[in-house]
Amino acid sequence: MARPIPPLPRDMRNTVLPGHAACHGCPITIGLKVVGAAFGNKVILVIPACCTSVVVGAWPGNAFNGSIVHVAFASAAAVASGIAEGLRKRGVKDVQVIAWAGDGGTADIGMASLSGAAERNNDFIYIMYDNEAYMNTGIQRSSATPPGAWTTTTPLGKLEPKKDVARIMIAHGVPYVATASVGYPHDFYAKLKKAARIRGFKFIYLHAPCPTGWRFDPAHTIKIAKLAVETGLLALYEYYDGRIHLSGPSRPYIDKSKRKPIEEYLKLQGRFKKIRDEDVKVIERYVDNMWEWIKKHI
Amino acid sequence: MPKVVLTGNYTVALAAKMARVEVVAAYPITPQTSIVEKLAEYIDKGELDAIMIRVESEHSALAATFGAAVAGARAFTATSSHGLLYMHEWVHWVSRARIPVVMAIVTRTIGTPWNIWSSYEDFFGQRDTGWILGFAMDNQEVFDMTIQAFKISEDPRVYLPVLIGLDAFTLSHTTMPVDTPEQEELDKWLGPRRQGYVINGSEPLALGNLAWPEDSEEFFMDLQRGMEEAKKVIREVDESYGKAFGRKYGGLIYRYRCEDAKYHVIAMGAWSGDLMEAVNVLREEGYPIGLIRMRFIRPFPDEEMYEILNGSKGVIVFDRAISFGSLGPLYLDVAANLTKYTHKLPYMRNIIAGVGGVNVTHKDFYELVKTTIDDLEKGVEPPVFTWYHRR
Repeated sequence: MARPIPPLPRDMRNTVLPGHAACHGCPITIGLKVVGAAFGNKVILVIPACCTSVVVGAWPGNAFNGSIVHVAFASAAAVASGIAEGLRKRGVKDVQVIAWAGDGGTADIGMASLSGAAERNNDFIYIMYDNEAYMNTGIQRSSATPPGAWTTTTPLGKLEPKKDVARIMIAHGVPYVATASVGYPHDFYAKLKKAARIRGFKFIYLHAPCPTGWRFDPAHTIKIAKLAVETGLLALYEYYDGRIHLSGPSRPYIDKSKRKPIEEYLKLQGRFKKIRDEDVKVIERYVDNMWEWIKKHI
Repeated sequence: MPKVVLTGNYTVALAAKMARVEVVAAYPITPQTSIVEKLAEYIDKGELDAIMIRVESEHSALAATFGAAVAGARAFTATSSHGLLYMHEWVHWVSRARIPVVMAIVTRTIGTPWNIWSSYEDFFGQRDTGWILGFAMDNQEVFDMTIQAFKISEDPRVYLPVLIGLDAFTLSHTTMPVDTPEQEELDKWLGPRRQGYVINGSEPLALGNLAWPEDSEEFFMDLQRGMEEAKKVIREVDESYGKAFGRKYGGLIYRYRCEDAKYHVIAMGAWSGDLMEAVNVLREEGYPIGLIRMRFIRPFPDEEMYEILNGSKGVIVFDRAISFGSLGPLYLDVAANLTKYTHKLPYMRNIIAGVGGVNVTHKDFYELVKTTIDDLEKGVEPPVFTWYHRR
């Protein structure tokens, strides 16, 4: 990331309007405010079934002061491809098309259409906001749920590792992949701006701690988002020109000794209340492997 | 007007090209594949100024077509059988969004077992989706109906997507002469793209937000009104196309020797041609028989049907599909729609045939119709339901 960090415009509150239906402490509205700060209302969000389908409110209201196309669950990337190409054919250049999907709509049911759009290099930004389970249907596990986490379909804790979609996107050879977090809005903002300047398919992973589903105090959304970075569990980076560019907030944590213990992140969340020691070790191994991979590609 | 000799699939591609589609998103499936190939060739050779989205599935094909249409482009796709079933979720979504789109369906048997020959279960599977459903008999009608589909779909009284059916192989891979209009005249007749809304960032606009039951129901009631309007629009478009290019079909249905008919047969698709031959022979033998060929099954031509069948001494509906555990889907529609006008229905026989792509010839039709009429004249009513099968 280039420094100094660009300031967020003050009017970021003009895009997410009062009256939205998000839970207290919801990371979605935080993320959407940053999207609004970056593009104003010159944005078309393509939203598959996910919490945001509800968060933006019921007809005839719309709590997002930009354009929205709600679409069937598996299809965010396909519809965004169609809109992007339709606009190109029609010579419309002043609006940013963004597929805005949860982890279920991205890592699970939407994986094929996402992969298709990435391979075709269709010109839009895909944002996967990751609250690590099917939250809209009431907290069922997804392939992005971390091991050991309680959900209503993994009452004893999830047994399988988390699917790393950013790396899957890197393997597609797309021009831009980044990871971001609602805990670092400036970083997310800069990545959105950068992505908008690149032609072709751009993927941004957005870590989105969910108080309702992760069982934590809604006051702590940002704290937990930051702890994910400070424990090294989440690395903020960009991938372009064939290598990883570590982002400012994550730079210190390439050094393992600077990272906070994973337990600090886990203990604030009810979903990890009954986590077994071996699952914590699985998570630690995941973190180590990820950083090894980052070091190799930096 | 230039006459060309084309397969049904190349006819679809040519019609889409002459309608100046701007975005095509499609996925190959036998027997539709050569539509996609031809459109790709047109675009790559610069003969058609359009963008092709080579999607990874049919589900995405219609999703991307929808996206392009919403963004303001005249968009087109085509599929068949399993591809159509795979995109079925999107078939509903597109019509409920009231966005004009045209799609061609090369009808093919549904598996299992694997089978690529024509029957209409895939087409009838879309019956309740809110699409206007048309079905062509020959390649000339494939061309005319595809062009007309854009005009109907983009009419402000309608704003609904249109699906055009054509038989696998019998049309899709069979060459026939096709009259085509001059491009300039066609441009003038068809006009530029029209749609109810465009999402292009010029103003914030949300499509598909959560709606409460009462609001949702009103949207769907409005869709039903659009379907009613479509009946008028289809007739008008048929008239004006006929005036401009010399071919008129009669609106929602095509009447063949119905004027003085006392018995009627009803069918749709390529085999209607064989049925016409049978009707001709029967007429020569003195049988007062007429054919109603369905051009559209949604909206359903209820008024026309009652007007013709009121007082009929006997009706046979040939279905190339079956609603397992009930009757043929076309028969069910004809019977149910007549009850809007009368409770005294004529004797109506439903013959299922040709399912799985089994060949049915004009001789089969001749025998079936002749024996039915002979029985009725003797005062014997054949069973309502027959599955006609031969090897």
